[in-house]
Formats: sequence, structure tokens, C-alpha cells
Amino acid sequence: MIGRRAAARVPGLLVLALLAGTGGSFAVAAAGPAPVRTFPIVYLREAYPGPGIMPSLLESQPDDLGLAGAEDGTSEINTTGRFLGWKFKLYEETLPAGADVAAQARRMFTLGPAVIIADLRADDLLQLADSPVGKRSLILDIRTSDDSLRQQDCRANVFHVLPNQAMRTDALAQFLVEKRWSRWFLLQGPTQQDAVYAADVRRSAARYGARVVAARSYDYNPGSRRSDTGYQQIQTQMPLATQVGSDYDVLFVADETDLFGDYLPYNTFDARPVVGTQGLIATAWTPAFQSYSALQMQHRFQLFAHRRMAERDYGGWLAVNVIGDAVMRGRQTSPAGMRAYLRSDNFLVAGFKGEGLTFRSWDQQLRQPVLIAQPLMVVSMSPQNGFLHPGNTSDTLGFDQPETQCRMAP
Amino acid sequence: MPHGPMTGRRAALLLCVVVCFFAARSQASELFVSNEVDDTVTVLDGESYKVIATIATDQRPRGIIATADHKTVLVCDGDSSNIDVIDTRTLKVTRRIDTGPDPETLAMSVSGDEIYVSNENNALVTVIELATGKWITQVPVGIEPEGLAVSRDGRTVVVVSEETSMAHFIDTRTWQVTANVLVDTRPRVAMYTPDQRLLWVSSEVGGTVSVIDPNSHQIVHTIDFQIPGVDKQYIGPIGIQFTADGRTAFVALGRANRVAVINARTYEVEQYILVGQRPWQLTFSPDRSKLYVANGLTNDVTIIDMSSLRAVKSVPVGRLPWGIAVVP
Repeated sequence: MIGRRAAARVPGLLVLALLAGTGGSFAVAAAGPAPVRTFPIVYLREAYPGPGIMPSLLESQPDDLGLAGAEDGTSEINTTGRFLGWKFKLYEETLPAGADVAAQARRMFTLGPAVIIADLRADDLLQLADSPVGKRSLILDIRTSDDSLRQQDCRANVFHVLPNQAMRTDALAQFLVEKRWSRWFLLQGPTQQDAVYAADVRRSAARYGARVVAARSYDYNPGSRRSDTGYQQIQTQMPLATQVGSDYDVLFVADETDLFGDYLPYNTFDARPVVGTQGLIATAWTPAFQSYSALQMQHRFQLFAHRRMAERDYGGWLAVNVIGDAVMRGRQTSPAGMRAYLRSDNFLVAGFKGEGLTFRSWDQQLRQPVLIAQPLMVVSMSPQNGFLHPGNTSDTLGFDQPETQCRMAP
Repeated sequence: MPHGPMTGRRAALLLCVVVCFFAARSQASELFVSNEVDDTVTVLDGESYKVIATIATDQRPRGIIATADHKTVLVCDGDSSNIDVIDTRTLKVTRRIDTGPDPETLAMSVSGDEIYVSNENNALVTVIELATGKWITQVPVGIEPEGLAVSRDGRTVVVVSEETSMAHFIDTRTWQVTANVLVDTRPRVAMYTPDQRLLWVSSEVGGTVSVIDPNSHQIVHTIDFQIPGVDKQYIGPIGIQFTADGRTAFVALGRANRVAVINARTYEVEQYILVGQRPWQLTFSPDRSKLYVANGLTNDVTIIDMSSLRAVKSVPVGRLPWGIAVVP
């Protein structure tokens, strides 16, 4: 049962007579082989140009990032499906770089709406979501962390599996406040995403009683990213970039594209820890996580994919499990029925966080505890003890209902 | 002093030292607690609750039971793929039984001849002959199988699979899975009621207990828990025990740090007993006057007095205590 290449390519002009005639009732207690119905899931991604050379030789970007998690998840929900008479089939489609996603969607989904796992960047995700067939589909986003997609650019047909930026800075902020490391030096990279993240850092500081005591923008020019003398350059540049007059407890780095953040630990002018997008990070998953049966998951994924499980793999795995739960437990097979189920009190998915995970009704973001991790170890998990919420404690992370700018039909 | 033959009095004294020691040992009950992180089993005296011994096991001991003759305690060593057999008289590991990968829990057949083991990483139940250690069969089940229950007539073994969220009913004559019941998310423990008419299955992440009719394989009731001041997502039901008359059930609630006392006829939760942090498995003393609860995060065992339903004492054991076996 465990083996690679579980996903099939989407056949040329396809597809998905989805969902017609797959409904109907079935007994939960099924003895022996039940009649099998097939449920298609589309995994849609684009061949974006790679990140180039990663700063660390230890890091790489696998070709099947995210996809391997979805494939592994599909084989797992098919174990449940075997007992209940469901066969889930994952169709993978990789669009060429720069593709017109809306046009491609029109080409692919000729026969109607689909259930789609989107491994797409924010702009492409919106193109898909706003295309005529996309509007009637159910889209599970496993790639983005963009706040905008949970706020003004939210869509009723899109559910977000991984934590957004504000959830991540809140998760770190709670940990830092719990440690009483509440004076922060904010070092911000050059991209628009860095600016959003930096704004989130300031928001989290205000929310949890920390202070940004110094802030600086840093337009790092990598030059030759890996050279024989690389560390000598870095050893000169990083202290210069981090020399500030104010005393601070931690350096909070906003470098969403991994330009320079990994150079900071031990290279700061003052002896201070580094947190944020590098150093101590907030993440939904790390290969070092082993609590709440995560150890078994890491083991299964390693056997399946022959590599470690990254955050987007976890997103793919979780998205498939969300779909499996909606079909087999919620008994929903249409995008509209599944959406209603995912928004209902009946839905809950397990994701190795010690509690059931659910979607926020106001922006369809998965509410979840967030790991606080350094490269080799999980350090903590937020929400931290003592941060309370009248509803669900995990709603202390990110955009709570009163703050939402998302307007969508229920 | 000459090394002559023992006088009658001295021999009697020596005899008494030996016999009285074992007599004393065999009168008081003992608790065997598996410590998942320490790779040990802590042995506690059943009256004083003092540590009698700390027994080194293989790696990651979790599921632990006593054999019906009380002569041995068996503990699953998940990371070593075997069972340690502990002699309850000498308190030594006397034998290791190969189980296949990652055994999490185990149960004995009604005859006492066979061991059923859930292999968590391999989605299997392995059936092993106790006397020889020979594998009789392996039964494929759902992903991450854990808790096992054996019907009193010996005909059915139930195993719950955490990732698949099912209770699988296995026929012990054919070793075929005859029914699969979808329960709430991440089931951990299955337990027949004393009258065998119902099967209770706890779902840790779902936060419920499903009551299943083992004949029709239908869920006849779902027990919910609501604790004032405790977020619902922290309520993780795991260990289940029934009083001998079957009227009352006790369910350990994980991160809610409580044991629920449930009227097993009406399914009404009558009270919650505060224990240590993250209680998982629980078991009765031989005379059923006490309920012992293993608390994973506070590294102790809470002792609940059954007449007052109060936690009367907490006893430190090793790190991450997982389960408890009691020998009279």
C-alpha cells in the first residue's frame, strides 16, 4: 500500500464527471467488500521558477514538495475507504510557468466543478477561484500564508490549510511574551511579503504587550550566494546590519524569501537570539515534531517519499484528510455540500496537534496550534498557557472574528 | 563461630526469612507502570505505594498487562519490536518475544495461550503463541492500530485504528475482519461492558466515547463531555474501566486532566475527578477499592478512592507513564 506515484496525471481534456451520481446513502458499518465508488481529487500546481541556490547546503526544494504529502494522504484515506467502499484518486496537474490559470481551468474542468488542492501562489489562486468553473469548485489552499487571502481577498470557495502570516507572528509573540523577551528589534527584508510580515510583527507586539524598540529595513544583496569566502563576507555584513543603539531582547527577522535570515544567528552585533521567518520559526510542521502521534506520521512519510516531511507536505496530507472526512464521515460529495460540512460544527480533522482542527467560519482559515521550532527541535507549541479566549484558544492566533475584513456569504 | 550444621532454630529462622519475605510480597498487590520515555517499568507496592523496583526494559515501553496466572507481566517495547516478559516474583525480565515492528498495546486470548499485539506502524494485528513466541497470523487492519478488546467467549478481537478512525471486529476462528465501524476521530481504547452487551470506544481527538452494539455493529449512543472552564478541544477520552456491576464507567480525559465518572445505563456524566496532567490509561486495584490513573505529563500515578470518588494520593513514577498492570 505504501509506494510512490500514487497520483495520476490529469488526462488531456478531462475530466471529472465529478460528483454526479456519487451521493446516496451507505452503511457506516460495512462488512466485507463494499461496492466501490471513486472520488477524484485534483492536485493543481504551477512550475514556478525554483528559489535558486538556497543559502544553506543542507536545504533543498524537492520536486514533489506538497504533492508527496497529498499522495501519502490519499493512500491513507483509501485504507478507510477500502472498508467503506470509497476509492480516492489523486490527479496531478502541473501548469507551465506563467500559465493563464483561468484559461487552463476552463480547459481542464470541461465537465464541471471539482475538488482541487491548490499548490499555487496567491495571484494564481485568485485567478483559479474567480474563474467560472473555479467558482463552483471546492479549493483547498496548501501553499499560501498571505494575510490578504484571509482578509480582503478571501473567497467563499477557498479554504486555507496552513497558518497565515499573522497566525505565525502571534504564535511567536505569545512564546516570547511568555519568556518575557518582549523588546524586539525588527529587521525587515525588501519584498512586499516582508512588509506584510513586519506589519504583523508590530500588530502582534501591540496585541500581546511587547514592544518593537528598533526597526530597520535591510536590502540584502546576495552577490554570489555560495562562494569559498562566503562566510567571511557574511561575518562582516551581518553585524553591520544589526548594529542598533537600542537594547533589545530578540531580533525579529522578516525575510519571507529566505534571502539573508539564515545568516543572522551568531552573526548579530549583539548576542541576541533570532526569531521570525528564520531562526526560531512558527510553522505548522517540522520533520523534528514527534508529539501527538506525529512520530508515526514522520515514519510513514519517510517510508513513502524517502525524504523528510516538510510543511507543505503536511498541508497536502491534511487537505486530503479534510476531503476524506467530508466524503466518508460528512457523506458529502458535491463542492457545495462539502463546503457546508467543512463550515459546520460536525467537521473536525486530526492533524497531530492533540486536538481536533476546524475551519474559522469568518475566513475559512484552519484554526490550529502552531509549532515554535528551531532547525533541529520543536521548542514549544502556541497558543501558550495563560492566553485565553472566550471560544477556542487557538483563535488567539491570527485574525479573530471581530478583526476580520473578510466578507463572504455563509 | 564453628561452621557446624545449622541448629534447628537457626534453620527455622532462615526459612522464615525466605518464606516470610515471599509471603509478604505475595500478599500485597503490586502496580507495574510502563514509563514510555525512561525505558523502564516502575513497580509500586499496592499498599504503601513505595517504589519496590525499577525494571529496565527495551525501548519505548507502552502497553502493559498481567497474565491471568499473575506470574508474569508483559510489556510492549515499541521501538525494539518485542515484548518484555517480567517475572512478577523476581521482578526481572526473563524473556523477550518478537512482535514485528512497533507494538503499541497487547491483549491475551481467553485461553491465555495467545497474545494479540497491535503493530502501530504496520497497520497489523499480530497473533503470537505465548508458550513458543511463534507467530500464528497477522491481520491487516486500519492505520495506527492501538487498543484491543477480546470478547469473553473468545470469538472476537476488536482493534481500533487511530488514523483510520475505526473499530475493526476480527473473528478469531478465521482471522478475518468481519466488520468495521467508523467512530469519531482518533480512537484509542476499546472495552466490552462486563455483561458483554456493548462495546465502548474512546476517541481522543473527536472527544467522545462511542457505544457500539457488537452484534449489529451500530453505534447506539455517543457520549459527549462538557467541563466548565475547560476548552472542548482539550477533552481527549482514552482509558476506560467499568465497575464489576457494570453500572459505572470511568474514562480518562487526557489534556482535560480529569477522569469522568459516567452512569453506564443513562450515559450521563455524573462527575469529573481532577487527577494529574494528561491521564491516559487507568486500572483497578485487585479488590476494586482503588482506581489507578497514569498521568503522562506529571510523571505520576493518581490513586482514586472508590468509596469517596476522590483522588487521595499521587505517586511519582518514571517519565511519561503510559499504562498500569496490577498483580494481586
